[in-house]
Amino acid sequence: MTFQGWFLILGFTAVLLALAKPMGLWLFALYEGRRTPLHIVLGPVERGFYALAGIRPHAEQGWRRYAVHMLLFNAALMVFTYAVLRLQAVLPLNPQRLGAVGEHLAFNTAISFTANTNWQSYAGESTMSNLSQMLGLTIHNFLSASTGIALAFALFRGFARRETKTIGNFWADMTRITLYLLLPLCIALTVVYIACGVPQTLAGSVDLTTLEGARQTLALGPVASQEAIKMLGTNGGGFFNANSAHPFENPSALTNLIQMLSIFVIGVGLTWTFGKAVGNPRQGWAILAAMMILFLAGTAVAYGAEAGGNPVLHALGVAGGNMEGKEVRFGLAASALFSVVTTAASCGAVNAMHDSFTAIGGLIPLFNMQLGEVVIGGVGAGIYGFLLFAILAVFVAGLMVGRTPEYVGKKIESREVKLAVLAIAVLPLVILGFTALASVTGAGLAGPLNKGPHGFSEILYAFTSAVANNGSAFAGLTAATPFYDGLLGVAMWIGRFFVIVPMLAIAGSLAAKAHTPASAGSFPTTGGLWVGLLVGIILILGGLTFLPSLALGPIADHLAMIRGQLF
Amino acid sequence: MNNDIITALRPTIVMTILFAILLGLVYPLAMTGIGQTLFPSQANGSLVRDRSGRAIGSSVVGQAFVSDRYFRSRPSAAGKGYDGLASSGSNLGPTSRALIERVTIDVSARRAEGISGPLPADLVTASGSGLDPDLSPAAALAQAPRIAAVRGLPVGRVRALVEAATEDSLLGEPHVNLLALNRALDGLGR
Repeated sequence: MTFQGWFLILGFTAVLLALAKPMGLWLFALYEGRRTPLHIVLGPVERGFYALAGIRPHAEQGWRRYAVHMLLFNAALMVFTYAVLRLQAVLPLNPQRLGAVGEHLAFNTAISFTANTNWQSYAGESTMSNLSQMLGLTIHNFLSASTGIALAFALFRGFARRETKTIGNFWADMTRITLYLLLPLCIALTVVYIACGVPQTLAGSVDLTTLEGARQTLALGPVASQEAIKMLGTNGGGFFNANSAHPFENPSALTNLIQMLSIFVIGVGLTWTFGKAVGNPRQGWAILAAMMILFLAGTAVAYGAEAGGNPVLHALGVAGGNMEGKEVRFGLAASALFSVVTTAASCGAVNAMHDSFTAIGGLIPLFNMQLGEVVIGGVGAGIYGFLLFAILAVFVAGLMVGRTPEYVGKKIESREVKLAVLAIAVLPLVILGFTALASVTGAGLAGPLNKGPHGFSEILYAFTSAVANNGSAFAGLTAATPFYDGLLGVAMWIGRFFVIVPMLAIAGSLAAKAHTPASAGSFPTTGGLWVGLLVGIILILGGLTFLPSLALGPIADHLAMIRGQLF
Repeated sequence: MNNDIITALRPTIVMTILFAILLGLVYPLAMTGIGQTLFPSQANGSLVRDRSGRAIGSSVVGQAFVSDRYFRSRPSAAGKGYDGLASSGSNLGPTSRALIERVTIDVSARRAEGISGPLPADLVTASGSGLDPDLSPAAALAQAPRIAAVRGLPVGRVRALVEAATEDSLLGEPHVNLLALNRALDGLGR
């Protein structure tokens, strides 16, 4: 570990914290449906969309209607993308003349992008035409992100409103977030990325003759416009196979920093927005504090492990940290930090190959996802996931003192706790169930590239990533098979929507409740004790559930690495 | 419930079409126009051209250097090495026999070229993309004596070249762009 490395990590954290309130304020304006300066330009677009689609933006929806409209819209987008991918060969903007995307791969990809997972069973440069990247994938990057944020708004309203049946209007939330937040930021980011060396062209590739006289063909495309929303929307689906490790996606340490900030900035802002929505920004800061503790702890361990390097290579005379799968321009700290950021949020972009991390360095991204991606988390999904844990935490605190738990002015009763547990329990059930299935079937065991415990880690990582809607991979796994494409597709769908529906039910149930003013007996949810309780609940739940599987994978791998045992 | 579905149909269909046009076509095409106008070089891959105008590489993407006359590039898992259509890392884990065997072979080769002492890790490990354009300064400096011998240059001059080409970065790690370095090397010879 170096001074420079820690400078980057702490500097990154400081910038992020400074962005929390400005971003939170902007999000709060959208949450309230207030006018922003951008309405002058984009207001007519918003109103035009509503008029054509017959949407009345002020018509409030109950949680069921909000959920049904959201689900149908997402289902339609999925079918649309499936069609674009399958018809790619006959559609325009296909300079490399790529054939149609195969059935199970198109199925997997369409679900993957709808569920904000962006798991890539494919290599972008040799599978997806420019039109597929733009029309099939980029729109999901926007709309799965705005869907996530809209859902968070709905849950905030559940906490903030009193004795009402409604939690907002899905179409208005989704449209405003897309037009007034994501699109303008992406336009700015795209220009910055292009200036830094990210291509933006409709050409498919360029041929050149290298200095040594060899032929090299470089894949090109409209990369920058997709890169911007890929990070900002915590999507993570790369234009190229190597994702943000590819120099065309992430050409410099500066773009790398911008990408990491993009992943976190909306999630961080949403914690502030939540506090503001429930009338006390300190509620938001408490959540952010718990998140940052988990984030910095994970970063320290991952950076330490990667900087420590692989003793098996040291024995061969190789010096320094673990550089297998890493880019020199980023080095150890920026790669370890990126891996934690991308898995703490449900982004899944990678600037280094997690599969080649040391065992402990790879355990951290895996464990981050298993915690439910509530450390900042995906845009919207992170905060609503975190609030489910907060409901559990006040419930536990209530049990300890023998009082009906309250949180931000709402009584948390049996219905909310049951629904929260339901949403949280889906995650381990599917991850562990599907991993077990893949570990005992021929089709599952055909997947891993690496042997021994690391091979098991590849399978466990894949299902964890899919259910947690992350999309990063221990990419040695050959996943473009009917078995994995199908099972992972199902896992991604469950991981996204089987959490959302109970969460919206909680929002509806909370909105109907009266406000309970804090009293002397209320457990304070702004101080250090609360932050500690939150961190404890998240770690204990995640740890108890997943420790056995981690012992079989990364921990066994680590012990083998120390002993120098190879597979 | 039925009513919920019926009320969703028109917005679902119309918004899918409208957003597909706005986000899937207008946005990327407009950005392509802006990029091509403001930053034509970067937008088309930051190509580096020789005096005759022929593209010989990209200043951001790596290419293979295998000859003794040039600073050698890192091992690459992209296709057969630095394949610009097949970016990839090796994805081999820390206890992989295949990884250790590959590194062992590369270590012997570097030793045979006269590099002694601890080997800079990036010299014998594959990058994440397989298209890494850089080397660490240490990995470049370790090759300086070989380059100097092959090209008949004083070692000091080759080292100075590496130091001049080293880009320091507070946000990442110091690195040397290999294409720029090797072109500078060719420039020395003339």
